[in-house]
Amino acid sequence: MKRYLAAALASAFLAFAPGSEVEAQTPPNVLIVGQIAEPKSLDPHAITAVNDFRILMNVYDGLVRYKDGTLEVEPALAESWTISDDGKTYTFKLRDGVTFHDGSAFNAESVVFHFKRMLDEEHPYHETGPFPLSFFFSSVEDLKADDEHTVTFTLNAPYAPFLSNLAYPTGLIVSPEAVKQHGKEFGRNPSGTGAYKFAEWEANAKVVAVKNNDYWDGAPDLEAVIYRPITDANTRIAEMLSGGLDIMVEVPPDSLQQFKSDASFAVHEQAGPHVWFLILNAKEAPFNNKAARQAANYAIDKTALVENILQGTADVAAGPTPPAFAWAYNEGLEPYPYDPEKARALLKEAGYNGEELTFYITEGGSGMLDPIAMGTAIQADLQAVGMNVKIETYEWNTFLGKVNPGLEGKAAMAEMAWMTNDPDTLPFLALRTEAFPDKGGFNSGYYSNPKVDELLEKARQVTDQAERAKLYQEMQEIVQEDAPWVFVANWKQNAVTKASVEDFKLQPSFFLMLQDVKKPQ
Amino acid sequence: MGAYIAKRLLAAIPVLFGLTIIVFLIMAMIPGDPATAILGSYATPENVAKLNKDLGLDKTLFEQYVIWIGNLFKGDLGRSYTLNRPVLDEVLERFTATLILAGTALLLCSILGLLAGVVSAVRQYGLADKAITLLVLVGISRPSFWLGLLLILIFAVNLRLFPASGMYAIYGGGDLKDLLHHLALPAFTLSVVATGVIARLTRTAMLEVLRQDYIRTARAKGLSERKVIYKHAFKSALVSIVPVIGIQAGFVIGGAVYIETVFQWPGIGSMLVKAISTRDLLLVQGGVLVVASAYVLFNLAADVVQTMLDPRLR
Repeated sequence: MKRYLAAALASAFLAFAPGSEVEAQTPPNVLIVGQIAEPKSLDPHAITAVNDFRILMNVYDGLVRYKDGTLEVEPALAESWTISDDGKTYTFKLRDGVTFHDGSAFNAESVVFHFKRMLDEEHPYHETGPFPLSFFFSSVEDLKADDEHTVTFTLNAPYAPFLSNLAYPTGLIVSPEAVKQHGKEFGRNPSGTGAYKFAEWEANAKVVAVKNNDYWDGAPDLEAVIYRPITDANTRIAEMLSGGLDIMVEVPPDSLQQFKSDASFAVHEQAGPHVWFLILNAKEAPFNNKAARQAANYAIDKTALVENILQGTADVAAGPTPPAFAWAYNEGLEPYPYDPEKARALLKEAGYNGEELTFYITEGGSGMLDPIAMGTAIQADLQAVGMNVKIETYEWNTFLGKVNPGLEGKAAMAEMAWMTNDPDTLPFLALRTEAFPDKGGFNSGYYSNPKVDELLEKARQVTDQAERAKLYQEMQEIVQEDAPWVFVANWKQNAVTKASVEDFKLQPSFFLMLQDVKKPQ
Repeated sequence: MGAYIAKRLLAAIPVLFGLTIIVFLIMAMIPGDPATAILGSYATPENVAKLNKDLGLDKTLFEQYVIWIGNLFKGDLGRSYTLNRPVLDEVLERFTATLILAGTALLLCSILGLLAGVVSAVRQYGLADKAITLLVLVGISRPSFWLGLLLILIFAVNLRLFPASGMYAIYGGGDLKDLLHHLALPAFTLSVVATGVIARLTRTAMLEVLRQDYIRTARAKGLSERKVIYKHAFKSALVSIVPVIGIQAGFVIGGAVYIETVFQWPGIGSMLVKAISTRDLLLVQGGVLVVASAYVLFNLAADVVQTMLDPRLR
């Protein structure tokens, strides 16, 4: 009996034991990327998550794209474009000789198909949706193919962020033939014009994209990119440390130091179009008084939040617009300094007498960083200047359900974070009088300043970038002074690569662009 | 026996039916909705309403349920909002992965647990018994996700003997050897608590039996000690152990949620957690239905085995 048992145990062990070759080493010229979740779909119009954008930006192209290292647009599938004087007509000249991965030709008709599918409810392939971000293009009234390589968009009103929205994943062009062939399953059988061709999607294990030898912008060096979803951050780190990944994104602050001190890894950081702030309820006391709102800005030690809780993975925010929008950012803005004395004085001026203030905190959520720890630290800072803050914590979806309809009668303040692709998006949706929650916007704190409304409206109508920039810069100055929010942090996106990965760079857009990356060994 | 099994299976139908209603109601009661989850920061009332319409969520709860149950009879569990694929495909793939993991863990814990329990009982208060009792105590006491992370750190990061995560190698592999290689750490981690429980119970059951008169008789007849223990004592102790293994099967599948998360095992537990947080009603509904059906079957199987082992129950 004992002998049988020993034999059984030994063979069981052998069955589980590794072979001589441990698979942890990744092969040369194949890049393995550790993602934070399984993609929802590889149909660029069906998705909303940055995690999925990281794949799509390498498989598809848009008419325009962001210039390397900036948030300014440059030509991609469109070689050039003209904008009419009234800012309502955009005419694009398309690149010649580009084909989709499925072999069909890219032309003006594909562009028309693409937008009609998303925007026209009568379109035969509208059923392949839903398309949650189609409102990015709600200003498009009509578009038509003028000839094989020219396409004209007519907008219902001047809308300057249009070009920038075209560079967003919702503007990536899909192959009409592939949509017709696969219908609702297109998201699992994608076909674009990008540097990598989709090859395989093994659910919950990997998405494989291989080199597109015919890429119009030069074939990449890598033979293939493999995206692996690993939802648990600790597991992702362990997989990176054991050699199973070449790149991992969204490294928790705690582990960043470990990678920085290890020569076999390289750490990359890049500030992005992200802002983390507190919405203040400007409709009710005490924050209906500007002095009280400024007091909150002075009372919170943002440097301590960024350095101690976020461990240097973010910068202190100065205003409503992230510095990553370099062209539209007001360099003259300085963040509110940490000044508890001044905060106390301002609170006195505002006539605040220690009434209880409800503060909504979320447990997590897109771009929210470390919301519970941050909320608790903020509560302590506000308490220190005499504000009686009571925290209420909610799970992300519940939280959005409470905050988005407006804070009136419920809370004095709430955490919030946004990542956007154009300096227009956030202030337009969250700081205008016309964006109050009952009007379908996100101005949950009811901030209202006619001058800001006017500047934002105007900035949409001007198509000249320098002129737009001036309007945004003026808006930032006013908003900072009015303090409808407590401006807290701008997140720096991070990634770790193996030291053998060359020419990798994070982009301010938060997209993961892999066209130029090399991994010779 | 056939009639008994059929009766039990029929009795399970109303249970499962009731369960689907409960899941539907709970998912409707928790705040937040799929459209808000999908749109995130962009969830304006207008966008939410439009997306809800596109997703078919503008119908009343009752209508949605009727549609769902109607499709169920056609073998269609609907389409997941968050994964954009048929629920049935996802659930079956995920459940297979969980079965492989939980099945291996159950096998491991049954073998190790029974073995440890028997040795412990036979060598009561001996060195082996003390060592096993201590190990069992430690095994039951520490959280399994912690053990999982520790094993990853030792065997994947430092020794590089086993992969840290996944079910198959990401490049090459894909055969049984590859699967076993990936299975080793998570299956062992998952089996530890159940091993402890089974070992403790086996020890008690064996001690109980070993004190019985017929064992003394067997020994008096001059039977070898090995025969006494395995032929006489172990067999009757097994009657009280088998139902516990059946219950442990349920715990192992439940505990798989943590292990699947830590080892990125593509199982149904981690799928359900994600589906609930994104309010993916149909995916939750499909997942729960499959898991609940499996529970019913496991319990039935345990009862059947017990009946076969113990003639008194027939």
